[in-house]
Amino acid sequence: MLWEIDVVPLRAELDQPARRLLRDAAHYGMAESFVVASARVFLLEGHHLSASDAQRIANELLADRVVERAVVAQVGEGVLSAPPEWIDASHLAHVLPKPGVMDPVALSTQTAIVDLGIEPPLVRTCHKYWFGGIESETVADLGNRFLANDAIEQLVVGPLVVDHLDVGRPYTFDLKTVDLDALDDDGLVQLSREGQLYLQLAEMQTIQRYFRELGRKPTDVELETLAQTWSEHCSHKTLAGRIHYQGPDGERQFDNMLKETIFAATQQLRQKWGPGDWCVSVFSDNAGVVTFNDANHVAFKVETHNHPSALEPYGGANTGLGGVIRDILGTGLGAEPVCSTDVFCFAPPDMPADSLPPGVLQPRRVMQGVVEGVRDYGNRMGIPTVNGAVYFDERYLGNPLVYCGNVGVLPCDKAFGAPQPGDHIVAIGGRTGRDGIHGATFSSAELTSESEELSGGAVQIGNAIEEKMVQDVLLQARDRGLFTAVTDCGAGGFSSAVGEMGEEIGAEVWLERAPLKYEGLSYTEIWISEAQERMVLSVPDANWPELQAMCDAEGVEATIIGTFAPTGRLVLKYHGEVVGDLAMAMLHDGRPPVVRQAQYAPPEVKPFDVPDLADYTHDLLSILGSLNVASKHWIIRQYDHEVKSGSVVKPLVGKLSDGPSDAAVVRPVLTSERALVVACGMNPRYGDFDTYHMAASAIDEAVRNCVAVGADPTKIAILDNFCWGDCEKPETLGSLVRAAIACHDMSVALETPFISGKDSLNNEFSYVDADGARQTIVIPPSLLISAMGQMDRADQAVTMDLKHPGNPLYLVGSTKNELGGSHFAMVNQLSGGRVPQVDSVVARRTFAAMHTAISSGTVAACHDLCEGGLACAAAEMAFAGGLGADLTLNGIEVDSGGVVAKLFSESNTRFLVEVRAERADDFEQSLAGVARVPIGQVSAGDRLVITSESTRVIDAGIDELRHAWLTPLDW
Amino acid sequence: MSSPSVLVLRAPGTNCDKETAFAFEQSGGEAQLVHVDELLSSSELLANHQIMCLPGGFSYGDDIASGRILGNKLRKQLAEKLMEFRDAGKLVLGVCNGFQVLMKTGLLDVDDEEGPQATLAWNNSGRYEARWVKLRSRPGNCVLLQGIDSIELPVAHAEGKFLVRDQSALNQLAASGRLVLQYTSAHASPAHSPTLKPAIEYPANPNGASADIAGICDASGRVLGLMPHPERFIFAHQHPTWTRLGTTGVGDGLKLFRNAVAYFR
Repeated sequence: MLWEIDVVPLRAELDQPARRLLRDAAHYGMAESFVVASARVFLLEGHHLSASDAQRIANELLADRVVERAVVAQVGEGVLSAPPEWIDASHLAHVLPKPGVMDPVALSTQTAIVDLGIEPPLVRTCHKYWFGGIESETVADLGNRFLANDAIEQLVVGPLVVDHLDVGRPYTFDLKTVDLDALDDDGLVQLSREGQLYLQLAEMQTIQRYFRELGRKPTDVELETLAQTWSEHCSHKTLAGRIHYQGPDGERQFDNMLKETIFAATQQLRQKWGPGDWCVSVFSDNAGVVTFNDANHVAFKVETHNHPSALEPYGGANTGLGGVIRDILGTGLGAEPVCSTDVFCFAPPDMPADSLPPGVLQPRRVMQGVVEGVRDYGNRMGIPTVNGAVYFDERYLGNPLVYCGNVGVLPCDKAFGAPQPGDHIVAIGGRTGRDGIHGATFSSAELTSESEELSGGAVQIGNAIEEKMVQDVLLQARDRGLFTAVTDCGAGGFSSAVGEMGEEIGAEVWLERAPLKYEGLSYTEIWISEAQERMVLSVPDANWPELQAMCDAEGVEATIIGTFAPTGRLVLKYHGEVVGDLAMAMLHDGRPPVVRQAQYAPPEVKPFDVPDLADYTHDLLSILGSLNVASKHWIIRQYDHEVKSGSVVKPLVGKLSDGPSDAAVVRPVLTSERALVVACGMNPRYGDFDTYHMAASAIDEAVRNCVAVGADPTKIAILDNFCWGDCEKPETLGSLVRAAIACHDMSVALETPFISGKDSLNNEFSYVDADGARQTIVIPPSLLISAMGQMDRADQAVTMDLKHPGNPLYLVGSTKNELGGSHFAMVNQLSGGRVPQVDSVVARRTFAAMHTAISSGTVAACHDLCEGGLACAAAEMAFAGGLGADLTLNGIEVDSGGVVAKLFSESNTRFLVEVRAERADDFEQSLAGVARVPIGQVSAGDRLVITSESTRVIDAGIDELRHAWLTPLDW
Repeated sequence: MSSPSVLVLRAPGTNCDKETAFAFEQSGGEAQLVHVDELLSSSELLANHQIMCLPGGFSYGDDIASGRILGNKLRKQLAEKLMEFRDAGKLVLGVCNGFQVLMKTGLLDVDDEEGPQATLAWNNSGRYEARWVKLRSRPGNCVLLQGIDSIELPVAHAEGKFLVRDQSALNQLAASGRLVLQYTSAHASPAHSPTLKPAIEYPANPNGASADIAGICDASGRVLGLMPHPERFIFAHQHPTWTRLGTTGVGDGLKLFRNAVAYFR
């Protein structure tokens, strides 16, 4: 029997999906023309499922009688098409997840039916919409634009026609080999592309030679394993490869670029610190680990999930956060996630739909989907999202960026793990399905307008509760010492997890043992599936019974799928037949070195024509209302940022909690006063001038954000995430190498170590325009620096909102005429100018002095100067505090640029500080040797007034300033 | 009696269990985290505890509706034992998702012959929201709210709109002193008879709840369900404006947990 239960809201105002569709459509001026109502649909298929069972399921489980009613019938019956009485509907449409797409509600419903004492049927869910006042083409248009995403869902206009729910069919074993030997170079290239291996010719040739020497053909699973292990995503072969670089800083030859720049800086610092070294594990595990207190270390990692998010924003971002949380769970012997940070780059949300190239989702929809994806995973896992940022640029149109980060805590004695020969290979968590096949190789390829069709399998939806259950069991098992090593199944699935864990020992895997979501997966699909919420443990035989019992008690599936056999080989078997047999050495060290060329020449500095106005209030309001600066409360308030009860400084602060905090402060261990500080720095606009200064500025920004709330600058760890274009192009790679050199220089000078990092290359989008010409949109160089600082006592934290009338305000740091890439230039559509640079010696001294001032309690409020410079920082501090300020520019010295530079220059290493009036002398003393100038005071009024000489160059009410900042993204 | 023992119930997707247990322990209780499957298979566990708490989170993913699956489980398999627990003079607290679960268990006395008198429905905004709210408490016989007139706490939910079925149900709940916790604002007008519509506006009433209801108790006053999170305000520095107020030490939310523990001393 195939039953359908429709759960229909009792009144129009309770119909959230319909209200949402109307809101979205209203944004495009389409809401006036139609009416809509919706229902949640549950499809149930069971041999023994009677009408009365279906009725009970509807009444006792699915519908809430205060707000909903249920309609129960067999699929296809007319009663299921009848719209609610409040709308005059002419059309019906359904949105269904495609077969095999994760449907957590269906899984939970199945389980809950058991609680009713009914034999559980197969369940699938979908949504039903009734429309009135429009033609069926418009229904399809609305459905495709706002309701269904073709990558994972299917829009059916009209009644539902389904006769069965089961997916999958029996699989018949058929060992596939590939005749590599017969292929010439063109054939190898073609195989690489069409087989979605995305390997380069030299790599394909190496594989061809390897099997030629073995005297046999590779199997498909062997090729896939090599492609995944050697993928950009898994091996970072470009940046960790040989590069010949020529730039303004000279000519350099790298054997391993990352190792010789970013890693080298950390190594140098650790040596310098000697016994004071506070790094624990850097660039080797799933996350970087540093010391925290006597009992615990902290781990930090930021990942990107750009390509999946471009195709399916919700699922891409959802699994992006899920993935980085698993990285933390898989660090050492398992760290407990304590907070997240999420940074996004989008095209401006209001780009008109008819201006978009084919294959591109509307940016507003991308943004909504990404935010909701992160929200639903983080909130469900119970991990607060405490920090983030959003950058807008039209060049992110086809290729949005989604950076997801997570911080975890782990006991000091659990920082390292290593599998032992003979340990079981145990898979725990979600089952393996066909979802996510080719994610690793796909993420290493360029997106095109056809990507959606080509790589739909790489898109997934997560199931956060499954991962939460995995976390619950994993941390218990860790504390009981039940496993010797753990890693997550991320890109590459079992292939990369087992391949990495077994690198030093060898592994034999019995693929038929992996629990499957449905029948029909081939041995290769099982091996490379990137189905979510799975972890791999190495478990000594003696511990297996206890682990199994623990997993049973928590409802988590655990299965032995192989053994770490000390053979030095990776052997894959399916029902006893060997389907793959590769030397670990070939897998991990066999990739041929490729020398890449890199060149960089920053564009010439062009003059910046500084406007000369009497009043700059309008410019300030424009900057506050520009998308990068404007309030992100619409996003922040959808995230649970206080779960786990560690919150000390929230993302929004101030009198009415509507001021932008520079960083979040969190106590990861409730019994300790010690706190973590999480912040970030990024400015893709500076990259158009010089990627060296962009990188240096990003580092300065991330560190000064931490310092602004009270972090100790001598113990801030940072992460790099490079998102770049196609690095086969020497100029593109050159701009990246230049940034990496800056990372090295800044890290050493500030004594701020990089502890982990990740890159995502090939962020380009190609399409054929209306004239038939191929166009490519390349993202701007996008280096995200994430910073994790620490402070001894949480109660030393400072927020950015003005506190008391009469307190003096100081500008700390030197202001230069650095308006290149500034937001002042952006809102006035000006180009040229000098991009902000960093004097790292001054920066280090300034951060140390500021920390002394803050930790000794002299500072009432502190805000970093970034986009919009001094004027913007002063405005934000004023409206956040609900107080005015009277400032003068007279004491500020600039080399050139006059009032505009003083107000809006984005020079680095600067803070605007409200000093406690009675502690001004102590503050001055702390800042000895550092540029600072008293520029005014907090006023009891409600205006921000900035004068130069005796002219009021800014004069605005704080309500007006707040309004400009709050409204653009107040969705 | 020394420290009362608190059973903090967790299920797949529960995620405020540790900090809730911590709050009870800070108040002098002894907290034990118990998985729902363990409780269902050995319901005699209840006898060892004086307080049962259903913490926040997304039990079973809040799939179908918030708290539905766990609520159903408890109602179908443990209703009698839970009633015994309450009738034995013990305390039950449900926070956020725990409140959503409690609504479905029968422990909050919200059902009459026509079915449930109220439910927790989707926020008017149609989305999950996290923010701090001001609350007015009229504890009556509610044990956990004794001595509290007003309190600030954070809410973080998508389905937290306390929606009463009809005016007569609302009148009945009000008359029996069950509406113990309401959203309020600095400008809120003095109390008048409750209406199905909120008396104060968003975001002070963060979800559009009938009569601005944030939490209710059962007829005995020993079972409390509330949407705001008291366990997120056990330290002064969890308050959003602590750097302005200059406050230190414990947070007001701890009072609820202290009341619970004190009840058994």
